[in-house]
Amino acid sequence: MSNISELSKDLGHRVIICAGTGCVANGSLEVYKAFQDEMTKAGIHLIDTPDHRTPLDGDQQGLHLTKSGCQGFCQMGPLVTILPQNILYCKVQAVDVPEIVAETLVKGNILEKYLYLDKSTGKHCHGTDDIPFYTRQKRTVLANCGLIDPESLPEYLKENGYDAARKAFCDMTPAEVCKQMLESGLRGRGGGGFPTGRKWEMARIQPGPKKFVICNGDEGDPGAFMDRSLMEGNPHCVIEGLMIAARAIGADEGYFYVRTEYPLAVKRLRKAVEDAMAKGILGKNIFGTEHCLTLHVMEGAGAFVCGEETALIASIEGKRGMPTPKPPFPAQSGLWGKPTIINNVETLATVPLVIRDGVAAFRADGTEQAPGTKTFALTGHVLNTGLIEVPMGTTLRHVVESVGGGVTHDNGDPGGTFKAVQIGGPSGGCLTAEMLDTPLDYESLRKVGAMVGSGGLVVMNDHTCMVRIAHFFMQFTQNESCGKCVLCREGTKQMLALLDDIIEGNATAETLTLLEDLAHAVSVGSLCALGKTAPSPVLSTLKYFRDEYEAHVFHKTCPAKQCKNLLKPTIDAKKCVGCGACARKCPVGAISGERKKPHVINEALCIKCGACAEACKFNAVI
Amino acid sequence: MDEKKYLTIDGRQIAIEGERNVLEVARKAGIEIPTFCYHSDLSVYGACRLCLVDIAGRGGVASCSTAPEPGMVVKTSTKQIRAMRKIAVELLLAAHDQSCTTCYKSTSCKLLDLANKLGVTKVRFKPGFERMPLDNSNPSLQRDNNKCILCGDCVRMCQEVQGIGVLDFAGRGSHSRVVPAFGKDLKNVECIYCGQCARICPTGAIIPKNEVSKAWELLDNPEYKTVATIAPAVRVGFGEAFGMPVGTDVTGKITAALKQLGFVAVFDTTFAADLTVVEEAEEFLRRVTAGGTLPQFTSCCPAWVKYAEQFYPELLPNLSSCRSPQAMFGAMAKEMLPKLFDVPREKVKIVSIMPCTAKKFEAQRPEFSRDGDRETEVVLTTQELIQMIKGAGIDFNAIEPEAMDLPLGFKTGAGVIFGVTGGVSEAALRYAYKKLTGKNLANVEFKEVRGDDGYRRAEITIGDNKVRVVVVHSLSNAHKICEEVKAGKADVDLIEVMACPGGCVGGAGQPVYVGMETRKQRAAGLYRVDRNMQLHSSEDNPYVKEAYQNILGTPNSHKAHELLHTHYQSRKRIQDEDVLVSGSDEAQEKLPVTICVGTSCFKRGSQQLLQELTDFLKENNLQDQVAIKATFCHERCDRGPTANVDGTIMEKCSFEALRAEVVKRLRSAVAK
Amino acid sequence: MEKELSSATQFGKVCEILDRYDRDPAKLIPILQAVQEEYRYLPEEILTLVATSLNLPPAKVYGVATFYSHFTLTPKGKHIIRLCDGTACHVKGSTALLDAIRKRLGLTGKQQSTPDLLFTVETVSCLGACGLAPAVVIDDKVHGQVTPEKAVALVEELINAEA
Ligand SMILES: Cc1cc2nc3c(=O)[nH]c(=O)nc-3n(C[C@H](O)[C@H](O)[C@H](O)COP(=O)(O)O)c2cc1C
Ligand code: SF4
Ligand code: SF4
Ligand code: SF4
Ligand code: SF4
Ligand code: SF4
Ligand code: SF4
Ligand code: SF4
Ligand code: SF4
Ligand code: FES
Ligand code: FES
Ligand code: FES
Ligand code: FES
Repeated sequence: MSNISELSKDLGHRVIICAGTGCVANGSLEVYKAFQDEMTKAGIHLIDTPDHRTPLDGDQQGLHLTKSGCQGFCQMGPLVTILPQNILYCKVQAVDVPEIVAETLVKGNILEKYLYLDKSTGKHCHGTDDIPFYTRQKRTVLANCGLIDPESLPEYLKENGYDAARKAFCDMTPAEVCKQMLESGLRGRGGGGFPTGRKWEMARIQPGPKKFVICNGDEGDPGAFMDRSLMEGNPHCVIEGLMIAARAIGADEGYFYVRTEYPLAVKRLRKAVEDAMAKGILGKNIFGTEHCLTLHVMEGAGAFVCGEETALIASIEGKRGMPTPKPPFPAQSGLWGKPTIINNVETLATVPLVIRDGVAAFRADGTEQAPGTKTFALTGHVLNTGLIEVPMGTTLRHVVESVGGGVTHDNGDPGGTFKAVQIGGPSGGCLTAEMLDTPLDYESLRKVGAMVGSGGLVVMNDHTCMVRIAHFFMQFTQNESCGKCVLCREGTKQMLALLDDIIEGNATAETLTLLEDLAHAVSVGSLCALGKTAPSPVLSTLKYFRDEYEAHVFHKTCPAKQCKNLLKPTIDAKKCVGCGACARKCPVGAISGERKKPHVINEALCIKCGACAEACKFNAVI
Repeated sequence: MDEKKYLTIDGRQIAIEGERNVLEVARKAGIEIPTFCYHSDLSVYGACRLCLVDIAGRGGVASCSTAPEPGMVVKTSTKQIRAMRKIAVELLLAAHDQSCTTCYKSTSCKLLDLANKLGVTKVRFKPGFERMPLDNSNPSLQRDNNKCILCGDCVRMCQEVQGIGVLDFAGRGSHSRVVPAFGKDLKNVECIYCGQCARICPTGAIIPKNEVSKAWELLDNPEYKTVATIAPAVRVGFGEAFGMPVGTDVTGKITAALKQLGFVAVFDTTFAADLTVVEEAEEFLRRVTAGGTLPQFTSCCPAWVKYAEQFYPELLPNLSSCRSPQAMFGAMAKEMLPKLFDVPREKVKIVSIMPCTAKKFEAQRPEFSRDGDRETEVVLTTQELIQMIKGAGIDFNAIEPEAMDLPLGFKTGAGVIFGVTGGVSEAALRYAYKKLTGKNLANVEFKEVRGDDGYRRAEITIGDNKVRVVVVHSLSNAHKICEEVKAGKADVDLIEVMACPGGCVGGAGQPVYVGMETRKQRAAGLYRVDRNMQLHSSEDNPYVKEAYQNILGTPNSHKAHELLHTHYQSRKRIQDEDVLVSGSDEAQEKLPVTICVGTSCFKRGSQQLLQELTDFLKENNLQDQVAIKATFCHERCDRGPTANVDGTIMEKCSFEALRAEVVKRLRSAVAK
Repeated sequence: MEKELSSATQFGKVCEILDRYDRDPAKLIPILQAVQEEYRYLPEEILTLVATSLNLPPAKVYGVATFYSHFTLTPKGKHIIRLCDGTACHVKGSTALLDAIRKRLGLTGKQQSTPDLLFTVETVSCLGACGLAPAVVIDDKVHGQVTPEKAVALVEELINAEA
């Protein structure tokens, strides 16, 4: 499925160091520095101008050394890619670099120890062409991410960059752009799945002259980082998408609204905008036309709700990020009361592909109702965590088992038991093993009480307590509620309190009824989608894991053994070797027993602190 | 012929006639949808969610923020929506200091009312709110955040109608609260005590300060001669509390009730309003003829006066120096009544019944006390008097009207219409007409200045003169005209400002009302009273004439100034501490320089001054010898930018002057 | 009475910041961000000054400053430890990390900063490094796959450096 290698052929001889947030955290900048030093020492001609503005010339002798954005496989980072052989070295540290330079770059030997080991086959994989994590994906939007240097405009231009924008500005009318988007069937990747063409058309027909375009880079869903990777790894393609949007509706000013937790994305977007300005791609008389476009990059200030369109607009206007009732929709009256469209980063990154390659090429992937591909952030108890891209309609099973390499134990070892996958973040729901064959598309997921959302996919093994998961998301939404409307502000607080009761063993049958009633009221009555969807994790877990709730409420036990107050630690006499470790750790002296004989816990004394279970090396405390 | 468009609400066809939203269409048809956060004169907020209705094809939407469309099928009370509303009220109550039995608001509380209507008999949720202290800092209002339901009505009222923005949301989520800046008390911020926030608050979270017990204390003390005086607007708001039609004039009944409560005499603030007309009109004519500062602003609304002191100190010379009728009454009564009752001045106690919360603040201004003895001892709002009367067990509906006492109970129609926007101007025009033409008016009604628009202009020809009048109410409109005056673009001679929408009939001390209709009917009531009076011009009031003969001499005389006029002070906009700018504070021998960066000085370039001085000191290596501080006001805002160099306050300070002064001081310090 | 701001701060800085944003009330958020970068928090005096300069009611500026979690009205510690408690990190045990760090620094209850203002511990929801869950950011450097032991070691390092 992969089409990465084709692209990589264009890039000549080069070493690419991943400089996404994940790899940087693991030391990739030091690796980069080491390559610089070692390559120079080894007498390799290093094509590494600081601003990357030298035109790239395949014939030039020597090697490029570049940084890239996230390649999606952060867990294995820092990643080093060597072209044209397309070798991928994993977990490279600075100390490893002399060896790599000497062996691979100079002599051309592949060092097996840095290659990815496919645990299922026991074989070492060469690179993205044979690592299952990559081959089982379909990377189109992400294709360039992780290959090209995000800070280099010439490189983007070399990869046909800004061709689509040129086409939209020079060869198409705004109506034609909207029509092509509509025909492509592209739907918003920011969560709602609203057809992008329809949104643009609505804004296009509004009277001008002043209109705005906004790129929503707030990506607040905990556990999702697709948009970050795009902004960091290929900022120009997001800019190009926003340009096309501006062309489509006739806007001459635009904003990137990026959450403040993404400093690297902000930096790279700012640089990309500056470079594009300097090159005359943005600014006045774009591509020689009479059209102008100014883009600003604005940092958020820490509020999840500002991902909501009307709150985001309020935030740009310098106000508290509180949503306002819709209608009027931003397309009618948005920023400063002017027609405004807001699109998600990934949506915009897809736009140039649709314009450049045409509707048919775009529709080749995905389903009729949901064409194209979608990126997901695959995390949790799964072997391969990371950023992935698959065609819409791919089954969950493919993602979890094939791309993700299956479920893990808590410690990360393969072979865990699948319990649920949470999709759609705090607005989404949990799906069970029976639903693994659900295709990932808007309608199918909505039918089962989840949603595509922005694309967070959290896999959970059987050690996960579903009540606690619901509690976790409720805590998140409660914390992030803007506080404007009653049901969301007070309702999430009370739902959280009810979940607290359940977890702490203070719940009764009434708690469950009240929780359900309240959840329905909140979803009916809230002003914006944050509140409307906040009960989803509760409702979906109540629906699919009701027995788990009931166990907490009626039997005061937590089947996953996660809720401390419901633990009734006992010692399995068969497993206990009588080492006494637990008794020494017990803070209240509740454990007694003779040496080398099974110990017992005095339930009356036990305060359920869990220390004994932690202390026992023989897993005898259950 | 234009065809009417219809929608269906609860099975009934209802015409759409330009309503902004479904809610108003429903209300027009008499279908009540509960709301906390919708008010026709404020922007749509959409937060309380109680107005949710079910619209076919759209599901639950807030009716206050949904435009009516032909063919819509609306249901206002589905099972789902009823359940949601009930839960919403329960949620609010769980986060609320439920102390209804002792709550001032319990007779008009929307939350309590809805809880009853929706059948909330039990709050199933755990109580939980972060208790916040009561704000009792000021004479006019009391804020209790523990009863706030965060509907934001007060925020929008203060921002949109009054144009001030004293209150705003702070915090987020369940930690949200509505507070003045930095959670300070109202006393320490720009609040002008108009009380409109309290008027619109659906709960007891902001209420007028209650002084009923203080009034009882006076009445209970046999040594005192306690008299009452009632403001014009009170008489037409009062009856609402007793089921009478809005706008009914109940002056006689109030008088009787006050007597029954034990007041030794009952007077009319309208008498003082007549005095105000004479003084203010004379002042105006004098300014015109003697080339004084024009345009002249009225000064009878204490909220407006405080506003001008805070935000437009440079326009203070334009304010009429006349006291408000309440303050004039106080001075005259304290002058006349001790003789009449044959008691010392401080034994005469005046209780003023007002539609107004700002008057409570005004009565406490030091200008209106003599040797610690307040001219107006207690100010009760219309509502407080209603409470007192009910509390005393008086059957107000049955009580026989009585006449007020003389001399201070006599009035003309001109004074009565003070209670409605445009009234002061009209009264002044009646006076000016006679004065300038020497003729009696055939038709006393100057319709040009009447109406309910927040900003009205009129040009009135009196003999050979033209008087250009602007009448504004709601201070956002005052802001507009003030800016125009400052820019020299106002084209106006006389400006009347009333802080409350509609003037005092819409004051915050009146019985709680919603919508403009009530205050319009109260206004109509006042005009009716005027029409039914014998006299319509203040100068015709025989007791006013007598007062001039016996006490005051002529209008604007020295004695009149002493009793009937006042002076203003520019006020700190922000009470605050100074901020150290450069130079550490420790070394004593440093030259202290403070530069004002308050609004007014800021606008006049004080920050540049600050910057230039800092740079200058740095360049000359003097920064260690001078401690520069920024302050938020030297209280000389009209003469900014101001700087204080070691005790010397420099006004209209240029950098050159400041530099010269600083250098001079440093030299003399060295010389020592 | 006057209040002293930290000696490094010059009043002029605020003016500079305000000028940089054309004293445009719409730029309130970037202005506050710049002010916070300068002073490490938003002092009340400065906020009042910002409000006056932008012609905004101080209550509004206060409202904005208290809405966004990035802003703080009390001084933060010298070292800022931000722990991710996003979904990915949560399921991989971020709670244990938080407990360990807070315990090492002796933070109790709602306390976020140590009394000597050397450390502030906050939780954030998702740093976008979910692939490396659980993640911790210490003074702007991201650390991935952190265990409680590793977290405490990182803190120790800072404590020793400060000693
Ligand atoms: C609480 C909330 C948070 C949201 N956060 C984001 C976000 O972080 N990024 C995003 O693109 N869309 C987010 N959305 C969805 C946006 O409101 C909006 O629908 C989207 O940006 C539209 O872009 P699209 O049509 O390209 O998907 C959020 C919505 C809600 C209600
Ligand atoms: S639903 Fe929640 S986030 Fe949305 S407006 Fe209401 S309180 Fe704010
Ligand atoms: S859970 Fe804690 S208190 Fe109970 S037996 Fe184990 S160590 Fe002792
Ligand atoms: S630690 Fe485990 S094996 Fe040892 S005594 Fe306790 S329960 Fe038995
Ligand atoms: S505000 Fe209303 S609900 Fe609250 S205590 Fe007062 S009367 Fe009761
Ligand atoms: S109704 Fe009953 S509870 Fe309420 S005040 Fe009267 S006696 Fe007390
Ligand atoms: S009394 Fe008037 S000025 Fe003061 S907060 Fe209320 S509305 Fe604003
Ligand atoms: S104080 Fe009153 S009006 Fe203001 S938000 Fe609270 S409840 Fe609403
Ligand atoms: S308009 Fe009347 S009621 Fe309102 S503040 Fe002014 S004087 Fe008081
Ligand atoms: S940051 Fe390098 S693969 Fe994600
Ligand atoms: S009245 Fe419509 S939401 Fe409050
Ligand atoms: S603002 Fe009042 S003296 Fe400067
Ligand atoms: S959930 Fe922790 S970095 Fe995303």
